[in-house]
Parts: sequence; C-alpha cells; structure tokens
Amino acid sequence: MKPHGYNLDATFAALADPTRRAILARLADGEATVNQLAEPFDMSQPAISKHLKVLERAGLISRGREAQRRPRKLEPGPLTEATDWIERYRRIWEANYQRLDALLKTMKATQKKTIDALINEGKPRPKKRKRP
Amino acid sequence: MTKPELKVTTPSDREAVITRVVDAPRGMVFDAHTKPALVQRWLLGPPGWTMPVCEIDLRVGGKYRYEWRTEDGQSMGMGGTFKEIVRPSRIVATQLFDQDWTGGETIVSTDIVEKNGKSTITTTVRYSSREARDAALQTGMTSGMEMGYELLEALLQEPANG
Repeated sequence: MKPHGYNLDATFAALADPTRRAILARLADGEATVNQLAEPFDMSQPAISKHLKVLERAGLISRGREAQRRPRKLEPGPLTEATDWIERYRRIWEANYQRLDALLKTMKATQKKTIDALINEGKPRPKKRKRP
Repeated sequence: MTKPELKVTTPSDREAVITRVVDAPRGMVFDAHTKPALVQRWLLGPPGWTMPVCEIDLRVGGKYRYEWRTEDGQSMGMGGTFKEIVRPSRIVATQLFDQDWTGGETIVSTDIVEKNGKSTITTTVRYSSREARDAALQTGMTSGMEMGYELLEALLQEPANG
C-alpha cells in the first residue's frame, strides 16, 4: 500500500534520528554543502556523509548539479506524503478521543443509575436494589 | 482548559506509545474502555464507520472481539485475549487484526493514571519486531499508526542545530 510510490518506511526510518532531522531543518532554509551541514555538529565529515546518504536514499534530499560543491537540497515530496499520512491517522485517533471526551462528559453529568442503564442497554434490567 | 493533546512517542524499536489526557476520573475511563455499550460509542475510527460487534469477556484469559462496518459494506475486525486486568488502572491484552497488518500479534497495554480529577490514558503497543512495527506504520490501520507524528513534529519545530 504505497500511495504515491514513496517508501514511507524509508522516510520514517530516516526521520528517526535527531541529527538527520536537524539536517533537514537546516536544508529547509536553503541548500547547503556537506561542510556547511557538518559545521553545527560535533561530528566528522564521514559521519555526516553517512546521514546524508540515508536521507538521499529516502528521497528526502538531492544533490545539486554544481560538480565542485555538490550542495544538498530538500526534496519536499516524501515529507509531504509522510505528513499527509500521519495527519490522516492522527485525525482518526483524535476523533476517537473526542468522542470519548463527549461520552465521559455525559457520564459525569449523569446519575450512576442512568450510566448503568446506558451500560445495560438492551440487556434485561437488573432488579432494583433496596435502599439502606 | 487547554486543548488536550495527543502525544505519540517511540521509546524502543518495538513500541509505540500514545498519550492523551481526558477530563474524568479513571473509574469512568476504565468503564469506557471495557463496557461494550460504552466502547461502541467512541472507538469508531474514521467518519462513516460503526461498531456493530463489541464483545468483551473482561477477565484474565478472556477474549474480546471488535468489528467495524461502513454503510457501503466495508468491514474490519480484530480481537485478542486479556493478559492483565487491574481495575481501574491497567488493561493488557493481545491484539490481532483480521487482515494482520501488524506483522503478527501485538500486545497493547492501557494505563490510566488520575490526577486532580483528570486521567492520563497511556496506550503502549508492542510489536513482535521492529519490522512488524514499521510495516504497521506503512499500512497504517493500527494503534501504532501515528508514531511518526512526533518525529515530524520535532522536525518542524526543532531549531537547525537540534
């Protein structure tokens, strides 16, 4: 089930690392070379290159044409798809919890007797308890 | 009251954790998760779905079965066995969708903690493997389906130097 052909597994796996997210956030401001990307991190250039490879394989970034600098830039496609996907399912959960909110509100506003009636809807009514 | 926020975290390779605060004592929240007539009122998923089947045998070793349907005939089902029940604070059960989009059975723990009359519901979904969790992420129709949200939110909010 791949909606538009991007591999969401690869996208999420690539996003599951703070350094890679920081690299993407930096590239959101504009393209940058490997050296520029390595600068803010206490990391060797090979270590950064490794992260860039993961991002590249996930289709999240691409290399510029300029042969010398080879600046990396953000590719918005997979990210947009991941966002859409997450939003869709987040909405489902949020819808469930909003219905739960409403139900709990009703339960709080209702006498215990009425809640029991709600729970036992369709079942034979239990005998009334005698008051002490 | 500030708007309650759904939080999703991935504390390990095999887990997804979803947290939400509701404005009610935990006894009520526990009932809303375990009494069929109440569960059927909220655990419905996307618009247009209803839950005609909701059977819960609430005891350790007891089974539960949920089925959802749409008017145009789509259906979806899942079920499992209760492993731990501590009223009103904890429910642990196995879970398997009929279509098995989760790469085998998952174990779902629901913990309810009450503070100042509000309850925090923490749902932990434990997959059989990392691959299973990631597969669930891709197909999506599971409790783990939003785990990427936190990652993305972090990406969108984090300053460039992380």
